[in-house]
Parts: sequence; C-alpha cells; structure tokens
Amino acid sequence: MRAETRERPVTAGQLPTIGEVLDRQGVLAYILLLPGLLILAAFIGWPFITSLWLSVTDQSVSTSVARFVGLENFTGALKSQIFLQTVRNTFVYTGVTVVFKLGFGLGLAVLMNQSFRLKNLARAALLLPWIVPTALSAIAWLWLFDATFSVFNWAIVRSGIADRGINWLGEGVWAMTSIIIANIWRGTPFFAISILAGLQTVDRELLDAAAVDGASPWQRFWRITIPLIRPVVLIVLLFSTVQTISDFQLVYVLTRGGPANSTHLLGTLAYDVAVRAGQLSQGAAISLYMFPVLIVCVVALLVYMRRSSV
Amino acid sequence: MTATVPRRLLTLYLPLSLAAIVLLFPFYWMFITSIKTDRELIDLNGLPFWVFEPTLEHYRVLFAETGFLRWALNTLTISVVATAISLVCSILAGYALARLRFRGAAAIAGAIFVTYLVPQTLLFLPLLEVVRQLGLSNTLWSMILTYPTILIPFSTWLLMGYFRSIPRELEESALIDGASRVRAMTQIVLPLALPGILSAAIFAFTLSWNEFIYALVFTNSTDIKTIPVGVVTELVKGDVYFWGSLMAGALLGSVPVALIYSFFVDKYVGGLTAGAVKG
Repeated sequence: MRAETRERPVTAGQLPTIGEVLDRQGVLAYILLLPGLLILAAFIGWPFITSLWLSVTDQSVSTSVARFVGLENFTGALKSQIFLQTVRNTFVYTGVTVVFKLGFGLGLAVLMNQSFRLKNLARAALLLPWIVPTALSAIAWLWLFDATFSVFNWAIVRSGIADRGINWLGEGVWAMTSIIIANIWRGTPFFAISILAGLQTVDRELLDAAAVDGASPWQRFWRITIPLIRPVVLIVLLFSTVQTISDFQLVYVLTRGGPANSTHLLGTLAYDVAVRAGQLSQGAAISLYMFPVLIVCVVALLVYMRRSSV
Repeated sequence: MTATVPRRLLTLYLPLSLAAIVLLFPFYWMFITSIKTDRELIDLNGLPFWVFEPTLEHYRVLFAETGFLRWALNTLTISVVATAISLVCSILAGYALARLRFRGAAAIAGAIFVTYLVPQTLLFLPLLEVVRQLGLSNTLWSMILTYPTILIPFSTWLLMGYFRSIPRELEESALIDGASRVRAMTQIVLPLALPGILSAAIFAFTLSWNEFIYALVFTNSTDIKTIPVGVVTELVKGDVYFWGSLMAGALLGSVPVALIYSFFVDKYVGGLTAGAVKG
C-alpha cells in the first residue's frame, strides 16, 4: 500500500485546498527543503560565486572599483616562493598527520575494542582532545612548546638528554614538527572512535570460525577485520584529509605561519594576504587552490558511498 | 590462568594508560598552569608538574579585567540560535529527502552532502564580502546566519538516516486513517526521531561553540567576540602572554562542551559515526 494513493487528481474548475496541495509530495518536499536550501545558497553558493569573481579581479581593501585581471592572481601565486613553500607545507602537514592519525587511531580502536572495566569512561575521556575548541587547546600547546618554559625542554634538560632545550616554535623544522604533533593529538581520537564503531560491527562468529580453522590472531586481523572495516577507514581518511588540508586554528595560534613562512598552510596564508595585507583577490585565489584536492575527495567519497550502498 | 594477567597488562592496560596520559596531559597542564602564581610559572628550578601555592588570581583577572563573561554570553547566544535554526531546516529537509518522492531528490541530497565537505577556510574571504554587503559586519548575526552552513549539511544527513530507520508503515497507516501528511510527520515521525534530533542538536551546538575562523574574521570589537576568538586575541598584549589567564580562559571555554558531551557521549559518538558506519 503506497501513500501516493492519497494524491487525488484535482479536477478542472475545482481549486484544491491548502491541505490537498500539501499532500502532494512534490510540492510539500520543496516547501520543506526551502529554508535549508536558502541558507546554503546564500552563505555557501553565493560566496563561492563571489570567490570565483574575486579571484579574477584586483580587489583589495583600498580599491573602490575592481578591475578584471584574468588568472593573474593564480599565476602570480605560482611565481611566489612563499606560496610554493605553503603548498609544500600543506602537503607535508597533511600527509604526515593523516598517516600517524590512522596508525594511532587504528591501534587505539583495537585496544578499546577489548572488554575491560570503565570502558565507557575511557572512551569518553579519550575523545576529549577532539571535542574541545581547537583554538583553546592550541593555547595549552603554545605553552607546552614555549621556548623558555616548555615542560618538554624541562624534561630533556633534567634527564640529561641535551644541555639545552629545543626552540620548538622558533625553528622551521621543529615548528612544523610541533604543529604536526598538536594535530595528531587532536585528530587521533576521531579516527579511533570511528574505527572502533566499525570494529564493533565485525561479526564475532566470523573471527571465531577462522580461529577454529587455525588462523592466527594476526591473520584474522589482516584477512578478516581489516577488509570488513575498510569502508569506515576510507571515509574517515577522506574526511580527515579534507579537514587537515584546510586547517587554520592550530597554525594561527601556534606559529602564525612562521618562522619565515615554514608553517604556513593555504588557509593561514590566505588570511595573511587578504585580511592582514588587504589583498582580497590574491587571498581568494590562494584559498581556491584547495579546491582541486577537495573535488577529488568529494568525488571519491560520493563514488565510494554509492557503490557500497548498492 | 595467572599467565594471562601480565599478558593483559601488556596488550591492554599499559598501552591504554600511555594513550590516556598523552591525550589528557595538555588538559592537566592547562588546569595546573591556571592556578599557579606568576612567580611559580616562570620558576625553572621547581617541579613543574605540581602547584605549591595555588591561586585563583588568574580567574579573577579573567572575569574582572577581560570581556570573558561577555564572550561567554555571545558564544552561548550564537550557538543556541544557530543550532535552533539548523535543526528546523534539517528536520524539514531530512524528512523530505528521506520520505517524499519527488524529482531531483537524489541531486539535492548529493548537493547537500557536497556542502558538508566545503571547508571554512575555502569560503571565509568571499563570505566576509557577503557579510559586509548585507551590513552584518561585526554583529552576532554574522555568525548566527553563517554557522548553519556548517551545521545543516551534516544534521540533514544524520536525520535522513534516522527518518529512514522509522518504519514507513506507521506513517502510512496514519495517512490511510485520514491524517494529513503534515500531521503524520509532526505527530508520528518526529517523536520517533527524537534521539536523532538530540544527537544532531548536541553536535551542532558543540560545532558552533568551537567555531573559530568565521568569528575571527567577521568581528573586531571586544563586545562581539566569542570565547575562542576573545581568549586568543585579547589575552596576548603585544609580546606579553598572560599565561595564567590564557589557561583559565581556555579551560573554562572548554568546560561547557566537555560537560554536554560527557552527559551524551553515546549520542555524540552515534552522530559522529553515523555517517562513517552507515555510509
């Protein structure tokens, strides 16, 4: 029995009542979708078009009438050493953190998948780094990485590993290492909890049957568990990649892109160029360089979800 | 069976404790820094892991000499209103996409999913222009109206899943009994979807509370700032960091989301993983 049977055809000359119109699914659906779609169109669709327009003009905070400049902002960025460095930084930052978050997250999920006392408490506590405001937890990391008062340096010097502490946020490679550490700390719980949810859907009987057939725990993990949780892992990976490539807060609080641009990401560079230096168009173009990677991830996700839902 | 005890220690308790220490240490550090005296904070010879003369001075400074209370009120207002707007929009849209048959349903669902993945750093500059054009610069409205773009896409997807899990037959029997579709929706489907709605609400509230870049770019006066932006931009004067007050602000700003979350861990985790597991 389908609900459509209630949709009576409206005969000519007889106006339908409001109730009858609302009962027509096509009409009702669009009415229900309207508020949400309006907001998304106004504050995602329209800004996106604005962004495309901005990026091909020379709009800055001081120009009153913007001039069309074609792809100058995009080609100009490619000639800038700072931009190229930023692209490299973004790839290093994303690549390294995603690999570590996946590794640690998988490990933590496997640990948490065992039964033990206070498991719920443990699960709640371990997710904390991911749920508190990143800009605020970054302040704790700022203090942990302080050149003089870093507690890590205190430990390094006290334990005799080195005479002097590390200038965490003040030297290029260490600064990148620092933001990578903070990002892994924040992101690992998300991987762990998502993968844990995947692990819990794995049929125990399958694993038991394999054990009876003589498969070692290692074999069971790689041959049965991993293939079964692959969809979850893939989706989490793509989500995290999108989020990490577009990261802003950690870098803004910890290094502002320094020292000497060694930790700038596309987001923070766009902010500096557009908001601090007032070059709106150039900033918009830098932001838009995220777009290709985003497209790849979105398409991959959509294709994958369509395939797995069939 | 005594041999299994050290084995469990090695495969469970030891690595788990290590993970707990690494993940929770920064919070301990925030707390302990916030109750240390300035003298103790810069004392390189003492033991940094403990506090010998606890003080609430940094909290007093935070409340009496900064806009913290104002920022807290702003953050609360923005989060509540943005969450409410997003929930209404998402419930309506999620119901339509999950239950009604109409042209373009798949395309619209796909488009909403794509907006889910659009990062804030891609759009903050043009959005700043749009906010200016609408005359909303430096108002709470600039955030109340833009945060739903972050919240609606995932809430809609989450709720679509919930609506689909409610048996169609319940609704159809009401329709056959003569109830209108709107009535069937509000009186039968919505109450059953309440757990999903709560999940979406918690998720939306914490995301609004934590938002940073829009709030940073759209505001410049102290009165309009949110906690994350206020703490980060106003407790550092030039090169002087007010570490104690910074930590106090960071900690207090994290408490509300941590509390809400601790009451509803399962809902939160359910919402977080709904997309990943069901996808």
